[in-house]
Amino acid sequence: MLQLTFALCAFSCRAVPVQTPESCSPSTGVVQVAAGVYVRPGHAAVVFEGDEIANIGFVVGDRCVAVIDTGGSLAEGQALDCAIREVTERPVCYVINTHVHPDHLLGNLAFKRPGVEFVGHAKLPRALAMRGDTYLERASAYESRALHESIFVFPERTLTSVIQLDIGERVLTVRAHKSAHTDHDISVVDEKTKTAFLGDLVFLEHLPVIDGSINGWIGELEAMTSESLAYVVPGHGPVRALWPSAAEPTLQYLTGLRENVRAWIASGGDLASAQDNIDQPRSEEWLLFDRYQRRNVGAAFAELEWED
Amino acid sequence: MMINSRCNAFAAQLGCATVLMMLAPVMGEATTVEEDMVWTGGLRQAYFGDRPITQSDDLIVLDAPNRAEDAAIVPISITAQIPQTDERYIKTIHLFIDKNPGPLVGTFHFTPKSGRADLALRVRVNAYGPIRAIAETSDGELFMSRRFIKATGGCSAPAGSDLDAAMARLGKIKLRTNSVARLAQPTAAQLMISHPNLNGMQMDQVTHLYAPAHFVRHVKVRFDGEEIFSAETGIGISENPIFRFFFVPDSEGQLTAEVTDTQGLQFRQTLQVVPVGTLR
Repeated sequence: MLQLTFALCAFSCRAVPVQTPESCSPSTGVVQVAAGVYVRPGHAAVVFEGDEIANIGFVVGDRCVAVIDTGGSLAEGQALDCAIREVTERPVCYVINTHVHPDHLLGNLAFKRPGVEFVGHAKLPRALAMRGDTYLERASAYESRALHESIFVFPERTLTSVIQLDIGERVLTVRAHKSAHTDHDISVVDEKTKTAFLGDLVFLEHLPVIDGSINGWIGELEAMTSESLAYVVPGHGPVRALWPSAAEPTLQYLTGLRENVRAWIASGGDLASAQDNIDQPRSEEWLLFDRYQRRNVGAAFAELEWED
Repeated sequence: MMINSRCNAFAAQLGCATVLMMLAPVMGEATTVEEDMVWTGGLRQAYFGDRPITQSDDLIVLDAPNRAEDAAIVPISITAQIPQTDERYIKTIHLFIDKNPGPLVGTFHFTPKSGRADLALRVRVNAYGPIRAIAETSDGELFMSRRFIKATGGCSAPAGSDLDAAMARLGKIKLRTNSVARLAQPTAAQLMISHPNLNGMQMDQVTHLYAPAHFVRHVKVRFDGEEIFSAETGIGISENPIFRFFFVPDSEGQLTAEVTDTQGLQFRQTLQVVPVGTLR
């Protein structure tokens, strides 16, 4: 009955006001992966079954700070905000959301204040609008309190290709990708250190999850491997990885899965039997394989069955 | 108690306590009172009145995953336990997902020419709850096969895919046989319709307006002019609807699928079928 109350309450109750930063408890484990580039490491878990799941971070410029992803809750966003204050007094001027998934984006509200511009893919608002009800319900259940839709902070600045943001003697290249992990992925390259935040275009250790297009994802990653980057920050897994070797596990998994699903479709098999039977590729010791493999098979199947 | 109240307008209106008090034990139908309260508390009456319904897997068997990884594309199947004969056959299968905003997913019609009243399709499942298929025989009997699915949020969340790709392909139909067509033998066929099947529940969080519903409403498949499968469908069907069914090719002929959506758009596809054993 408790859950029923929360679900009803989700529509009418007010959001908890944002904490003032006096009693600030910063995220733990924040590491500097390159000069002025910081990451709060995530730990593999299913969304709404754990905290601090995704790698999130920030880049400090001479003028201000750009945040790349904000974590899975208001509290996580606030802790990141506190961690930034421990590093610099410069204000946050941008929050860049790599994509819609709650473990990356539900900390946005912690940064909603004058002077902060939210940046995202042009298709992010639609994706968030379509999933908002479900996220609200599940986040409320997970946090055992009634959340209001004001937890969703939409991007004010959207992009369909590439833009550059100057944060003071430091330029960030923000790129909107074609349909890949989702249909609205964003990557951010700090030109000063050639460090790239790739969001969930790259997974390490945590099984890649398809919520966009398997063909598109393989295509984007293959095209990106020729880029010269010093380090990349994947959406999940070790916070600093080499490029392009960091792309290999994700690419191998996706191409292997595509091969298996195509073969299943060609043999006349249906979606249910594909989900029951395709348990490859397992070249890596992927975490959460049992939780996401069936979903990936389903997403790949639903896309690949339309190939001619 | 797992109640998804927002997608369950019926229970919400009555209030849980009221529904619980209203519940009278119905022999052979209720598995647990709480799970079935949407059904026993009004749905059953609304669609079938006082007609007796036998809950058993003797006529049809509903198969669904216990847990749906992606609630927007849940594959389910119904397998008939009797052949389709002129004397007695399964005429209609009604499919319900109790806790969906529109619990009636679809109504599917078969004929003796179907050979077997088997059906496989993909559905959206909004909350933990029962899914039930009710078969109506040509002599007017009702049989129900029921399963319980754990899934959350299939109604408002679209399939996690590229909506633009689905729209660009709107109306494309793939029609094929899934087994070798043999003369006078039940042959499996598959109909795929590229359609976003927008359910009208995706709210724009900025404008608070809902994207208008736009979904496949009616499907009719004929072989050589004779109906073998047809359906009236709603928003419980996943995007890019897909149906697997059977037909009996008693000669060389044309399999024809006609699809109509809620905006009146019509799509059509044909397939020439030459069964093994046909004299040419």
